[in-house]
Amino acid sequence: MRELTFGQAIKEALVEEMRRDPTVFIIGEDVAEAGTVFKVLSGLVDTFGRERVIDSPISEAGVTGLGVGAAMTGMRPVVDIMFGDFITLAMDQIVNQAAKVHYMSGGKLRVPLVIRTTMGATRRSAAQHSQSLYAWLAHIPGLKVVLPSTPADAKGLLKSAIRDDSPVVFFEDKMMYQLKGPVPEAEYTVPLGVADVKRSGTDVTIVATSSMVQVALEAAARLEGDGISVEVVDPRTLMPLDKSALVESAKKTGRVIVVDEGYEQYGVTAEIAAVIAEGAFDHLDAPVRRMGAMNVPVPFSPVLEDQTVPTAAAVAGAAKQLCGRT
Amino acid sequence: MEAGTQRAIPAIPKEELLQMYEQMLRIRIFEEQVNELYTSGKMPGLAHLYIGEEAVAVGVCRALRREDYITSTHRGHGHCLAKGAAVNQMFAELLGKAAGYCHGKGGSMHIADPETGNLGANAIVGGSTAIAVGAALSAKMRGTEQAVVCFFGDGAFAQGILYEAMNMAALWKLPVIYVCESNMYGEYTATREAAAGEVLARPQACGIPVKEVDGQEVRAVFGAAKEQVERARRGGGPGFLICHTYRFRGHHVGDVNRSHYRSAEEEEAWIRERDPVRLLGLFLIRQRLADASALEKIDQTIRAEITAGVQFALEAPYPEPGEVTQNVYP
Repeated sequence: MRELTFGQAIKEALVEEMRRDPTVFIIGEDVAEAGTVFKVLSGLVDTFGRERVIDSPISEAGVTGLGVGAAMTGMRPVVDIMFGDFITLAMDQIVNQAAKVHYMSGGKLRVPLVIRTTMGATRRSAAQHSQSLYAWLAHIPGLKVVLPSTPADAKGLLKSAIRDDSPVVFFEDKMMYQLKGPVPEAEYTVPLGVADVKRSGTDVTIVATSSMVQVALEAAARLEGDGISVEVVDPRTLMPLDKSALVESAKKTGRVIVVDEGYEQYGVTAEIAAVIAEGAFDHLDAPVRRMGAMNVPVPFSPVLEDQTVPTAAAVAGAAKQLCGRT
Repeated sequence: MEAGTQRAIPAIPKEELLQMYEQMLRIRIFEEQVNELYTSGKMPGLAHLYIGEEAVAVGVCRALRREDYITSTHRGHGHCLAKGAAVNQMFAELLGKAAGYCHGKGGSMHIADPETGNLGANAIVGGSTAIAVGAALSAKMRGTEQAVVCFFGDGAFAQGILYEAMNMAALWKLPVIYVCESNMYGEYTATREAAAGEVLARPQACGIPVKEVDGQEVRAVFGAAKEQVERARRGGGPGFLICHTYRFRGHHVGDVNRSHYRSAEEEEAWIRERDPVRLLGLFLIRQRLADASALEKIDQTIRAEITAGVQFALEAPYPEPGEVTQNVYP
């Protein structure tokens, strides 16, 4: 199968959906000629013109609200928020407007809006350009939250997100844009709400999201040498969350580590650990172990920053401990 | 007040003036009933009454087509009715009944009626200012010639998103009219204590043409709105209409002791001299377009409609408990 980078897969999804549906358009800061600061959208404006690839002012709240209004009136906007940290500026429009319009209107209005944004540390970008804030959004009923971890998933999930009638927030790991992986050439989508077992195993389950899927797979490869068989489960979407897939894997292995790049406190790891504890308690041999980002603002110095995100070595160490192999 | 305001009032056919009178009266009596439902303990929660500001919604919406969009505010009943909402479903929504516009899920501050172009009331001050830009961009992209009116109060001058929204609307020449209902207070604080400098300088700084009108004169509001809506529809870009008005009642139905932020004399003067319903009624009589008995007849018809609407809502069933989880996602 041909290989694409994560960034190329995202662009291909947008191209296909914009060709398929004339109501799809993109708006955000430096999305047109610049193709975003990450160059993910390079060339898109040449194909679709500035009417459908719209450079906006630096107005995250305004652009998100614009997306809500356009979505309510027959369009399918894809709003680009350059850094996930900037989503805080748009929180009223996402949380009080986009997420609630369908419910508050008794189902009469819909907001088929996609917000593409980024996440992830270790890029030496410091505290305001490195956070993984999706837990904030997964907390809000009415929103869907997508965390792709491979080029193929990114493409298929983004196409589903654009076709979905709910507001969807789509988080891309900045460090992953150059990651290559197989992507089918034929048309396909990946449904929202279906987890994927990235590696099968029997001794311990690592539930990992987005950037942490690669970390988990690397840990699994190391642990194989120690005779520990690891299952890596990627929920792919936090909302909807494929609870049964998580619980099934937990029942199978009896030991679970949840690894995620969001802050550990009150985060995704806590929610998933609770889902597993509620669904698989009698099958667990040990308490569910959580590994999130360190509960500190992301520091600049590499020596400091690298400590804040779970690593393959740390995850492997935790797995050994869980399996009584310290 | 802008020079030439009086000349800007267009000649309006008698039938249309009578319809405007009827619509303002409908809002007035509707809101009086809402207050009654609150004080008699029949309505859950609170409501923000539009009494005193009727000429703004009616004058502006008269300049719109059914397919044009509006976004509304927490003080939104008048906007909804003026855009064409029915009193039965309005009252039902206020009482949390299944027959309401939002099946009882929205309540007073969230009434939406896409069939009449009402994209919904918004309980966040300034919350719909960018949504209106999006609806306008959508209209432009779809090539529909729809115009969008964003109603907001002078309290929203202190919200940042208003400026982001006006900036984008002006940059891209979008068909959106910002209609400021300048009623002098944001909740319990006078606007002069909350907005520095000249408020009209704000849209002007974005290059948006502004129009200032007496918001108690429905004919003046209509004339100014018509001009701005037509320009926007022709591709002339956004407009900004400030309507000087006054809320005759409190911030909400429970705000009855108001002396800490405004005087009884001030309120009495507005109610006595600047009641928009009475001002149009007097005009109709002076111009011999209607006599007192004709206006009385309209009054009776509207009162009967409102009474029936309240009755309908009181008798309507509540939503089934299971509906609580419906419509979170389409």
